[in-house]
Amino acid sequence: MTAPRTLYQKIWDAHVVEQRPDGTALIYIDRHLVHEVTSPQAFEGLRVAGRRVRRPDLTLAVADHNLPTTARVDAAGRRLPIADPASAGQLSALEANVAEFAVPYIEATAAEQGIVHVVGPEQGFTLPGTTVVCGDSHTAAHGAMGALAFGIGTSEVEHVLATQTLLLKPSKTMEIRVEGTLGFGVSPKDLILAIIGRLGAAGGTGYVLEYRGSTFRDMSIEGRLTVANMSIEAGARSGLFAPDEKTFAYLEGRRLAPQGAAWAEAVERWKALATDEGARFDASLSMNAADIAPTVTWGTSPEDVAPITGRIPDPESFADPAKQAAARKSLEYMGLTAGDALQDVTVEHIFIGSCTNSRIEDLRQAAEIVRGRKIDRRIKQALVVPGSGLVKRQAEAEGLDRIFTEAGFEWREPGCSMCLAMNPDKVPPRERCASTSNRNFVGRQGPGARTHLVSPAMAAAAAVTGRLADVRELVR
Amino acid sequence: MTPFTCVQGRAIPLGRQNVDTDVIIGAEHLKTIQRSGLGRYAFGTIRAEPGNLFDDPAYAGAPILIAGDNFGCGSSREHAAWALADMGIRVVIAPSFSDIFSGNAFKNGILTVVLPQGAVDRLLAVAAELPLTVDLETMTVTSPLQDRFAFELDPFRRECLLGGLDEIALTMASEAAIRAYELRTGT
Ligand code: SF4
Repeated sequence: MTAPRTLYQKIWDAHVVEQRPDGTALIYIDRHLVHEVTSPQAFEGLRVAGRRVRRPDLTLAVADHNLPTTARVDAAGRRLPIADPASAGQLSALEANVAEFAVPYIEATAAEQGIVHVVGPEQGFTLPGTTVVCGDSHTAAHGAMGALAFGIGTSEVEHVLATQTLLLKPSKTMEIRVEGTLGFGVSPKDLILAIIGRLGAAGGTGYVLEYRGSTFRDMSIEGRLTVANMSIEAGARSGLFAPDEKTFAYLEGRRLAPQGAAWAEAVERWKALATDEGARFDASLSMNAADIAPTVTWGTSPEDVAPITGRIPDPESFADPAKQAAARKSLEYMGLTAGDALQDVTVEHIFIGSCTNSRIEDLRQAAEIVRGRKIDRRIKQALVVPGSGLVKRQAEAEGLDRIFTEAGFEWREPGCSMCLAMNPDKVPPRERCASTSNRNFVGRQGPGARTHLVSPAMAAAAAVTGRLADVRELVR
Repeated sequence: MTPFTCVQGRAIPLGRQNVDTDVIIGAEHLKTIQRSGLGRYAFGTIRAEPGNLFDDPAYAGAPILIAGDNFGCGSSREHAAWALADMGIRVVIAPSFSDIFSGNAFKNGILTVVLPQGAVDRLLAVAAELPLTVDLETMTVTSPLQDRFAFELDPFRRECLLGGLDEIALTMASEAAIRAYELRTGT
């Protein structure tokens, strides 16, 4: 009998190509997602060294970060040019590279185009028990499907393209156990923000998290993707969910998932992945779902969280002097005063989107709050940016786009949009945004922009009230 | 990769916690398709602060940077490591680093030295006046004031840094094992 193993250990063990005496191992990579920002230098490296892409069939490329989210084709269906020459250059570099190295590519104008972390699971490219990498830290999201997924740098992108492997050291494991039902108006986004608040932005460094307990078992795949996505904001490169019936139901019939007899066989294999009874974690954190309130960030690190009913903290209230200094800087940057109620903070921008919260369930939850209401007159811009063309199509079939546009939102084409200031969607300096994205860093949404991370329903509540509002007071 | 043995020079005593890769290099500079030339854009938001350390002539060309906890957190952008390398940084000293950043740094010949907060605090104070020496052979950080802090490093990374080795070429030497894995698993 073998010793009980965690989900992480099972995936790790199954992917060891070569064990090295120094404790590192050459790990096989099953799935490699490529986007336009972190790949050009990797392809260039291959070209200079005269190397090829070892397994184009295990690679999938799509552009998302740079693409403007305004119309991409004209009335006649012709592709519209991208105004920013540097963005256009990065997109054409990707197109030239995928052609030269024969890498499967989802065209910028295809219905399947979208944010790389929305596209992977949606296409059935991400599968349970696989190793998934991408030159992007939110690759952690794919862990929701039971895949060991993590972000890598461009040198590692080149390494995977050339060898389909990475040289890695095993991580420690941390169990995040949450039991019970999330309260009325409380979403998976609020839960993961609260978890990051507890762990701290570096608390998960060196660990792979596994989300366990009834709250996560009862969570939809969309919710799990939101949670796993933000593992990196606690410092953990990956976050895992054991694959279950919900995972299988989500994946069945997807374009790149196994079909027919291979499907049934795969499901049997995936069922054996869950952490064994008695397996040990190196660390653990446990919380009660009932204790979580709708949560917002007040500072410039995702660990700076507070319940919406709370106040802006006094920097002096932190024990650690470095944290005090960081909090003072954050409040200055954010233009906030210690002691003020969070619900009195007014906002000018709303962003519903990003790989954290741009899936159909996110849009439904936001639309539910927005329906029949108008955005507040203080709001200068409110964007809804679906995570993929397929999400967009589904939302339109359900009439969600009209709910948003009638309220005063703009309904955009899929992409990273206002999550990071690489494309035309930016928050102007010193203006404030309630955002469903994952990072409230200094300058993340544009130079000088002030970001409050929230759930889709909370972003909708901020849109219709013009301030950070408690969504529970708006639910009908 | 340029081999790394010993680096001596001024160290920028930044000291801040949670310096994320958006701070090291803003997203507006990620549109390049090259590795070089990013140094002048590094730490743009900090450089906008009057009297900042990066524009202080005392630290011009400093090869060492000292920071607080969780340096390099956030985005996986290797542009952060390229920007540091381009501005001449060969060593970053901090109490902790994000996993992705320290991997990226290493692949660009930048050594990340983890030291306890107390040692980092001491070096921050010394660096304001004096140069430091970081020696990878002896795995120590020393100062002219007789400070001597030993650090640890993964032996593989140490060997690669000392020899300036190309990791892809090393892995390609395991081609037979990779093939065997693919055959065994039907991948
Ligand atoms: S949506 Fe934001 S976090 Fe996600 S991949 Fe795009 S830029 Fe990164």
